[in-house]
Amino acid sequence: MISTGAAVAATPAAAPVGEHGTGDPSGRSPVPGSPPGSSRWRQRLEIALFVTPALALMATFVVWPVVSAVRMSFFRWKGFGPMDDFVGLRNYEQVLGDAVFRDAVVHNLTIVGLSVAVQLPLGLLLAVLLNRRIRGRGLLRTIVFVPYVLAEVIAGVVWFQLLQPRSGLVEEILTTVGITPPEQGFLGTPGLALWTVFVVLTWKYLGLAVLLFLAGLQGVPDELYEAAQLDGASWWQVQRRVALPLLGPTIRTWAFLSMIGSLQLFDMVWILTGGGPANATTTMATYLVSQGTQRGNYGIAGAASVVLFVIAFVMALLYQVLVLRRDTGDQR
Amino acid sequence: MTHITEGGADKGVQMSRKTRGAALAVLSASMLLAASACGGDDASSGGDADTVTWWHNSNNEPGKGYYEQVAKDFEEANPGVDVQVTAMAHQDMVDKLAAGFQSGDVPDVYMERGGGELADHVEAGMTRDLTEDAAEEIGKIAEGTLAGWQVDGKTYAIPYSVGVDGFWYNTELFEQAGIEAPPETMDELVDVIGQLKDADITPISVGAGDKWPAAHYWYFGAVRTCSQDTLNSAMESMDFSDPCFVEAGEVVDQVLETEPFNPGFLTTPGQEGASSASGLLATGKVAMELQGHWEPGVMQGLTDDGKGLGEKTGWFPFPQVEGGEGDPAGQLGGGDAWAVAETAPDVAVDFVKYLFSDEVQQGFAENDMGLPTNPAAIESLSDPALADLIQVRDEAAYVQLFFDTLFGPSVGGAMNDAIALQFADQATPQDVVDATQQAADQEG
Repeated sequence: MISTGAAVAATPAAAPVGEHGTGDPSGRSPVPGSPPGSSRWRQRLEIALFVTPALALMATFVVWPVVSAVRMSFFRWKGFGPMDDFVGLRNYEQVLGDAVFRDAVVHNLTIVGLSVAVQLPLGLLLAVLLNRRIRGRGLLRTIVFVPYVLAEVIAGVVWFQLLQPRSGLVEEILTTVGITPPEQGFLGTPGLALWTVFVVLTWKYLGLAVLLFLAGLQGVPDELYEAAQLDGASWWQVQRRVALPLLGPTIRTWAFLSMIGSLQLFDMVWILTGGGPANATTTMATYLVSQGTQRGNYGIAGAASVVLFVIAFVMALLYQVLVLRRDTGDQR
Repeated sequence: MTHITEGGADKGVQMSRKTRGAALAVLSASMLLAASACGGDDASSGGDADTVTWWHNSNNEPGKGYYEQVAKDFEEANPGVDVQVTAMAHQDMVDKLAAGFQSGDVPDVYMERGGGELADHVEAGMTRDLTEDAAEEIGKIAEGTLAGWQVDGKTYAIPYSVGVDGFWYNTELFEQAGIEAPPETMDELVDVIGQLKDADITPISVGAGDKWPAAHYWYFGAVRTCSQDTLNSAMESMDFSDPCFVEAGEVVDQVLETEPFNPGFLTTPGQEGASSASGLLATGKVAMELQGHWEPGVMQGLTDDGKGLGEKTGWFPFPQVEGGEGDPAGQLGGGDAWAVAETAPDVAVDFVKYLFSDEVQQGFAENDMGLPTNPAAIESLSDPALADLIQVRDEAAYVQLFFDTLFGPSVGGAMNDAIALQFADQATPQDVVDATQQAADQEG
């Protein structure tokens, strides 16, 4: 519904621009009576002129790195000197045969799953609550959103200090309440580290979910709430039967962003644990950085990045086909 | 009225569109130019015969100022020569050098840590052979020390600061726990750990999050359990089947069993911040740490007063292992050397020779910037801790280069990973040997 509205609104706005674009130049062409062909050329030139910088940037910073990563993945290369030791698919064999990398994939997928399972309900709850007219609503919304605005590295360093074993604030608070923190701290215990990282990630990214959901809720017309209330629906029923279904496209978009972010997770893990303890928190991205820049196995890092790309690409594609089609299909 | 205004506005829009298009065209053209300029830049580095670019990591005083003066003195003695000095934090320099080697844009004079890393640079034809050009300087350095910077009998860099690894400890905390003398054997170390624990003091900090600080325990274990011949032949053949390498892991286990480390040591960083392993020692939170000769300088950077442990700094060598085949006077260590890029002008070699001269090394020692390798400079050290350490180094039967440096990042990294897993109780001494062997075999 929301997206249909947006599309309908967008079409009439777009139409005059198009007319303007094609009609204007011929009407005001500098040489009166020039053939219509020249205006078409001019238009093409204009398009080329406007698109070229973007394409050049895209080619330099997106396409070229992807191509070189793929090329790198077929060689054994230390990062300098000529790249001439072709090894075929051996790097892929090594990456896929490496238990550390397979664990990393599992960690990524765990974060993807946990994000949807935990952040979605939590985000919805907060969004629905913050959508009500309560005192200090603006302040509360800001507080929820602040972690998202913080640079990830800064947030990571702050949490790293808070989570220090014994001396960190988190453990001090828990001890005061009477809970014994784990012997090696939350980040130093292999069984707890990934969960701890996830808690910090939730703190960091819940704000984005809440912001998106709030925006979605603003788009729900008041009339619908009123009509439901007139029909005797309770507040809870109104949220569940009216607001939530209308929020569908927003939720699906958020889940997509969250999924891609979780697959590419790097900064927070790197700061908090560096992938440790005992590889308990490695992700595909930390794996490829430690293999590449730290160990100088650029071929293996290239293969890992290709695998990461393929996984992310396939998941994104599947999500488009299976889930997001509902939203894009509506437009036609 | 309205009509005219509208037309005017429209024209304005069109005008600005045109100019914007032109601006974009200029922009993209200049970007292309910039790109081609960058492409051409690579080859020209070091092309100027009278300019020497030099990167070093003494980015704090007094080292930074001292090196600026050294460069100036060299310029005065060699009219027309321009030395361009860049001082960077150590990690920044390492990262920039790695990027430089990838793009082929290496400074003329730079730091090499020796071992596998240097061998890779040599193999890629990027580092200059100094064997002939600096024969006189090379002759002054002990053979065992020099070995780390030699490939196939040729010397590619001149070590200017070499030190040994060992336990840095807090003399006050040792006293508090009633420890009379630093431990000399593993059994004594275990006793000392027990005494410290009884006194409610965390015995040891280790930055196992960075892996290499944990790996030093294994390295030193191997120096104690393997004879020098075994180590040398293993390094030559990359064959780690000798049982002494498993015994090295058992030495690590012996330490681990006493649970001596700071809480959360598996993710503790080595040197960054007050909560790092070095920070914990510097702020009196733990009694000791196994670290290289750079530790006092690192600790100074981690305390507010810039003094580190100050007067309370103590040092003792890694304890002896009963029944170990290693030479009791063998030590583990590493150091820094000046290398010259293959593309550098000849005057860069003269500059490196000058950096190793008695005069410059004496100043280096007076400023406590490291442990000089030029024998003429040893007397000049002013810091008593460093003076003690240099005695240990020079009395050592041999100084084994850190294995990760020696094997290079790929094999060394795999080795460190496996040792870190052992610290997390997820690998046995045999697993560590197997992982190292596997990485070495893949290296081919």
